[in-house]
Amino acid sequence: MYEGVVQDLIDELGRLPGVGPKSAQRIAFHLLQADAIDVKRLVEVLTEVKAKVRFCETCGNVAESEQCRICADPRRDGTAICVVEEPKDVVAIERTREFRGRYHVLGGAISPIDGVGPDDLRIKELMTRLASAEVTEVIIATDPNLEGEATASYLARFLRPMGLRVTRLASGLPVGGDLEYADEVTLGRAFEGRRLLDV
Amino acid sequence: MPLYRDEGIVLRTQKLGEADRIVTLLTRGLGKVRVVGKGVRRTKSRFGARLEPAMMVDVQCYEGRNLDTVTQAESLASWGDVLARDYTTYTAAAAMLETADRLTEEREPNLQQYLLLQGALRSMAEGLHDPGLVLDAYLLRALAIAGWAPSFHDCARCGAEGPHRAFNLAAGGTVCPVCRPVGSAAPAPETLSLLAALLAGDWVVADASQGRHRREGSTLASAFLQWHLEKGVRSLRLVDRRDPDAQPRLDSRVTWAPAPLSVVKTVEEAHAAAQAQA
Ligand SMILES: [Zn+2]
Ligand SMILES: [Zn+2]
Repeated sequence: MYEGVVQDLIDELGRLPGVGPKSAQRIAFHLLQADAIDVKRLVEVLTEVKAKVRFCETCGNVAESEQCRICADPRRDGTAICVVEEPKDVVAIERTREFRGRYHVLGGAISPIDGVGPDDLRIKELMTRLASAEVTEVIIATDPNLEGEATASYLARFLRPMGLRVTRLASGLPVGGDLEYADEVTLGRAFEGRRLLDV
Repeated sequence: MPLYRDEGIVLRTQKLGEADRIVTLLTRGLGKVRVVGKGVRRTKSRFGARLEPAMMVDVQCYEGRNLDTVTQAESLASWGDVLARDYTTYTAAAAMLETADRLTEEREPNLQQYLLLQGALRSMAEGLHDPGLVLDAYLLRALAIAGWAPSFHDCARCGAEGPHRAFNLAAGGTVCPVCRPVGSAAPAPETLSLLAALLAGDWVVADASQGRHRREGSTLASAFLQWHLEKGVRSLRLVDRRDPDAQPRLDSRVTWAPAPLSVVKTVEEAHAAAQAQA
């Protein structure tokens, strides 16, 4: 334990995701030794991000105004919505440049043991969006783990009767890996998601 | 023993650091253990998919100072993958896993709870019964193993032969007119027969039961569990009790795709099979 404010800093840092007590201590002492100017810049960015950035009223992505950059862009295809768990998933899919539609960020996945149910996610907002918009296809891109899979089944149950084309991002073999190292669950999913070869 | 090997079912996982997970396993021989799966959240992980809830694995771990680390994991049954494809089975399975976590202690062997959970997950994945019934049967039997067997026929207080109409949670189930505390409930006799059948594993009676009795039975089974555990089982609130009168399973709206189940093997069998192949 350290004196007063130093310990307060360690405690605050330790509350960040992925930061354990040891890392918190290391970061705290790094900050103590850093130039005042660098620390000031960090403080300013933190303050600015909290003041400026909020969540898009339409899709739940991070935004600097009422709507995020993607929702506000008229060139994006309004007929397809890609459903993801977190804003960082939007970034990951955007990097592929494969998708030109819009997104919907749920804010997590259904996890009964953590007390997270459908009502805790932005599912109602998705339904409202689908009822009013020109959407014809919903691509479910939740994480390829059990919670993501279960969230996808839950969504599919409501979306299918709405006459929409509902697809799930294929989860399969990692590119660059050897087939023999793939586990049976991944390999099984890859079989289900197989596609025709273009001739 | 710095290195150990056992067969186990994944009860839950928690994120740790950048790419690791803490995996809680109920094992056949050692009881409940908490181990670290290094790098399992990366999409290229060798055994990440095997260390997900409701998966049954043959694991090898290295004993650490605080937490042990998984060095190998082979799949024995991938029930989790099957159960997650249907929201009803997913939530029911989650409630079973959380209950198993609550009723077992770390490093205290509990073969009975292990076998019960294994049987219940397999039964639910095979989809032969209403998932709600499988869950309730599991809850009642898990309580019985923990020493809190409820009574659905004889008097829970004096043992007077039943059937009795009155039912009291605190007393431990059905109670005779003499022992009956004030404020006891009076569930339908068919509900009590259903619960007795679930506790005894009489599936002929259970499968033939009616929706309203299943609903009343679920409420009582959950109440029993919550009564005995200090903190409530969170997953129970989210269990998707679909209308039990409706035709289960093959409803086309539900994304149920019965995938072929991996054959369940014991560690010894898996070992022998691997040796025979080599
Ligand atoms: Zn947006
Ligand atoms: Zn009595």
